[in-house]
Amino acid sequence: MSALIALVVAAVTFGTVLMFGTLGEILTEKSGNLNLGVEGIMYMGGAFGLAGAFYYEKIVGEAASSGFVAIILAILAAFLAGAVASAIYGFITITLRANQNVTGLALTIFGTGIGQFTGEFMRVKEGGFVALSNHLKDAFSSTIFPDFLKNIPVIGKMLFSHNFFFYLALILALAMHFFFSRTKTGLYLRAVGESPSTADAAGINTTKYKYLATIIGGGISAIGGMVYIVTTAGCVWNHSGLSGVGWLAVALVIFCMWRPLNAIWGSVLFGALMIMYLRVRIIFIPTEIYKILPYVVTVIVLVISSMRNNKEKQPPASLGVNYFREER
Amino acid sequence: MNSNIAIEMRGITKRFGKVVANDSIDLIIKKGEILSLLGENGSGKTTLMNMLAGIYQPDEGQIFAEGEPLTIRSPKDAYECGIGMIHQHYKLVDVFTAAQNIVLGLKDEKLDLKTINSKVKEICDRYSFIIDPSMKIYDMSVSQKQTVEIVKVLYRGADILILDEPTAVLTPQETEKLFTVLRNMRADGKAIVIITHKLNEVMAISDEVAVLRKGKYIGTVKTCETSPQALTDMMVGHAVTLNIDRPKYDSQFPRLKVEGLTCVDDEGITKLDGVTFTAKGGEILGVAGIAGSGQKELLESITGLYPIKQGTVDFVTDEGKEKNLVGLTPMQIRKTGVGMAFVPEDRLGMGLVGSMGMTGNMMLRSWKKGKGVFLNRKSPEELAKKVWDELEVVTPSTSFPVRRLSGGNVQKVLVGREIASLPKILMTAYPVRGLDINTSYAIYNLLTEQKMNGVSVIFVGEDLDVLLELCDRILVLCGGKVSGIVDARTATKEEIGFMMTTVGGKEAADVQ
Amino acid sequence: MSSETVNIPFVRLAKRESMDPRKVWAIRIGSIVIAILLGMLPMFITGNNPFKAYQIIISGALGKPIYIKQTIKIAIPLLGCALAIAPCFKMRFWNIGAEGQITAGAIAASYFALNWYDKVPSFVLLAIMFIAATIAGGIWGLIPAFFKAKWNTNETLFTLMMNYIIIGIVSWLQGGPWEGRKGSQIIPMFNDSARLPVVFGIHCGWIIVLVLVILMHIYMNYTKHGYEIAVIGDSENTARYAGMNVGRIMMRTMFLSGGICGIIGFIVVTGANHTLYNGVANGVGFTSITVAWLSQLNAFAMILISIMLAILTKGSNTLQTKLKVPASISDIVIGILLFCMLSCEFFINYKLIFRPRKTEIKEASV
Repeated sequence: MSALIALVVAAVTFGTVLMFGTLGEILTEKSGNLNLGVEGIMYMGGAFGLAGAFYYEKIVGEAASSGFVAIILAILAAFLAGAVASAIYGFITITLRANQNVTGLALTIFGTGIGQFTGEFMRVKEGGFVALSNHLKDAFSSTIFPDFLKNIPVIGKMLFSHNFFFYLALILALAMHFFFSRTKTGLYLRAVGESPSTADAAGINTTKYKYLATIIGGGISAIGGMVYIVTTAGCVWNHSGLSGVGWLAVALVIFCMWRPLNAIWGSVLFGALMIMYLRVRIIFIPTEIYKILPYVVTVIVLVISSMRNNKEKQPPASLGVNYFREER
Repeated sequence: MNSNIAIEMRGITKRFGKVVANDSIDLIIKKGEILSLLGENGSGKTTLMNMLAGIYQPDEGQIFAEGEPLTIRSPKDAYECGIGMIHQHYKLVDVFTAAQNIVLGLKDEKLDLKTINSKVKEICDRYSFIIDPSMKIYDMSVSQKQTVEIVKVLYRGADILILDEPTAVLTPQETEKLFTVLRNMRADGKAIVIITHKLNEVMAISDEVAVLRKGKYIGTVKTCETSPQALTDMMVGHAVTLNIDRPKYDSQFPRLKVEGLTCVDDEGITKLDGVTFTAKGGEILGVAGIAGSGQKELLESITGLYPIKQGTVDFVTDEGKEKNLVGLTPMQIRKTGVGMAFVPEDRLGMGLVGSMGMTGNMMLRSWKKGKGVFLNRKSPEELAKKVWDELEVVTPSTSFPVRRLSGGNVQKVLVGREIASLPKILMTAYPVRGLDINTSYAIYNLLTEQKMNGVSVIFVGEDLDVLLELCDRILVLCGGKVSGIVDARTATKEEIGFMMTTVGGKEAADVQ
Repeated sequence: MSSETVNIPFVRLAKRESMDPRKVWAIRIGSIVIAILLGMLPMFITGNNPFKAYQIIISGALGKPIYIKQTIKIAIPLLGCALAIAPCFKMRFWNIGAEGQITAGAIAASYFALNWYDKVPSFVLLAIMFIAATIAGGIWGLIPAFFKAKWNTNETLFTLMMNYIIIGIVSWLQGGPWEGRKGSQIIPMFNDSARLPVVFGIHCGWIIVLVLVILMHIYMNYTKHGYEIAVIGDSENTARYAGMNVGRIMMRTMFLSGGICGIIGFIVVTGANHTLYNGVANGVGFTSITVAWLSQLNAFAMILISIMLAILTKGSNTLQTKLKVPASISDIVIGILLFCMLSCEFFINYKLIFRPRKTEIKEASV
């Protein structure tokens, strides 16, 4: 039982990383922009988020640093990095109407470069390593709920022991669900992604919606990268662990059928797949083979989702296509 | 200054590259009147109205509302000026409900279904529409979608409504309903413009008619003071009974036998239902029908591009042997030496490679020929030069991307290539759509020439006058079924029009 | 009159009909220059003199004959892989799984290098390795193409996931069945007979890729296959209309593309590394996308671009040792290069129409 609980907790921790990545990309794709640069965006979020917390602590001193402020600053720094990166993507695809696939790939190369560069540069500059104090590390990975809730047998651990970011992602998923299904702006955004010419003819400023969704979506995805660095990676820059996570997030969007609520359990499920090799040993399967499980599952998911044919479970109809009003 | 004027356009010019779509056009739209904007395909009607709807912006000229200059930069501006356009391709989001589509883009509208529904109901009652606000668009029929479009525009309080070819996809009954609604709106003081090229509808519904020809404004007349003949004169420039040369080929013989052909699309909708006919060598068999009655599927299934569910398609060889074509791919059909040429409706998206020049496009038929892995460039190059010469294609060179050519030249490249393959069967879908009169006649002559060579020509068309003067026989499709096959020399327009909407035509309707 | 001027939008967009080819190339070259200038920013921000940094990059990549050799060694797989990707991209099939296809080829080649080195003569062994690598890479590329052809499965993500899967398999081989000394996590070095011969100081992989450049140029421009690929890239419907079997062509092209990547894998293990490890592809699969795109899928332009990027990569390593600027600066510059190239196409395809000046309007309205 305790092994299962530990698995769930670890799955949620990693799942949170994926959830931010996926939710951000859902928002972007709902506007009809297929941003394949999530990998790069998450790298940038990781590096800048860590930098935000690290320099905050360095400036105010370890004793005076507050965990809450550090969390906020890390989120802000990551969000800004992601927003800037997707603004570049947005400018090239929305205004300059370049191919979305290639621009996304370029952003991946650029973003992983920037992330890696920043992470390395900080390490070199700070004399060998960048690490946060235990006090902040604690703040990043401990729960926000009081102990008595956490101590409820089984349920307490499963529901109330997670870090702050998980609950934030949860709220975000719910908020996005509400946004898409209940609000006017959400409806308009979906219209832009489904049929920009319709939205345009209805007087919706498609360019504005596309930009906002892409930039905010990129910011949200970037938070995922930061969460990875400050939780799973133990507050040190670790690019190899982050490699591939952004791509998984893109795949998860398809898995979730562009629905934020599905992203909750989808991310936790993939989080479990990602860390299972550490928790649930299977004698016949070597660890290295076990590690590729999430990718194999992704492939299977891709194939199965391409086989289904349901009007409601399709990508936004104009996904990946740029819009030019005077196109003949 | 007449206070009755809703919109005035002065000296409007719009160019697309080198093509002048609208050349210094003046137009007045009046309140409480229905104005028909009449013109042939490609005369610039839609372009002109798109500038009122904020889709395009004029290169020159000015629009006035109530005497004040007006700039419409976007559809949003248009709505704010009270202008609403119902486009030919409906601008609706498929996965949304009617209500969601109706309120799309409105500034100060809460997503409160109750208020929306009651407001929608009020509009519907006022002009006698029927719609279910919670129905998804993808579950709707064409006419229901059109209703949603009109309600959407009215919901925004539009006083000026523009309808682009509103009847093209409607049955006569639906058309009549639409006209009733339009008359109700006119009575309500709205200004209405319908873009059309159907003369009977112009006469039936409008108060005034404005005519465009080749992007130029010809004039406006009162409907009660004009006649279809006079309007035709304005539309085409001079009084033409089309006068298409129609010689008779004496030794006609069966070339293609189609029996019980049935096709179903991805969503399980029957597109063709038991189609049976025989196309003969040495004749032009016209295919008429309302848009989307199965014309596309008919041609594509014969050429092996569309899956056939049931029925037979047999090609009759010169020796009189029958070859089954069902289940063969286009390449297999070509290899069996059947000799089928096909000019599809979507020229650049299906018949040609837009990014390649004429030579590359000639290769589309011959690329597989010859042994070995290498392409034969020489003979396509020669063919391209021949087509360039004989059909007077206007292009800088045989390697200039055909996408950049004008519509007529694109079509010449396509038809030229297909005819050069020396086919036994030549199928064409809307081959003169969007072409000017001269090019159209050039195409008619090419088809007739093929007929006189003993080729079996199948001509899918939309203009009944052309069908009646060009073809030998006309097959009428109605909802995927063969409504009847008539002799084009004796049939009348009315007869065919009736068959297009009722399977079996007038007699069948009488029996009912 | 003044109300009219206010109402005309300041700038409008219109599609351009055509452009002088010389002007097109001027724009493209200009965008590369802008990219290089923008690439100075991160160096500047981190407190380094950008001009000095570029100077170090150039001298670090070309300063000594041995540097040049190393740079060319980096360029070889880049060029080869870009050639492999070109037909896929021409077909609008977004193969970003070159990384995995290289690795698959490397595994197949390594199998024979490790097990057959004492069974057959060197050139036979190399030939076997070459063929095995081609087939393995080809199959790894074929799998996503099969599903794309059959169910239109998203090929971008599929090919990408295939990268992680095969790289995981190498990690397993490294620590498992093919491990050399127990616990080392390293596959033993190849026997001499499984190494590529050296020509002019560099392993003969460079000859192979140069031959591939010519073959690919011919394939894309003069063969039936090349024509089919170009037609599909323009419009799948037209391809079907012309009687092409789109699915089969897609699979065939991906087999070819994967096969060439496999050859690159073979070159890397036998020519450069002489062993197999999980980083064998080393990001080449991604960087080569840049090479292919920057050269507009032109095989000969790829030679130049791959060398340019190799200079950047090699020079950045020197930069790291000399100025402590992280070597990932090369990725940043490559990213910026791509951004600029993608952006400049806008100015080739569209034109901006600015609002005429007031005086002109007055004249026009008189």
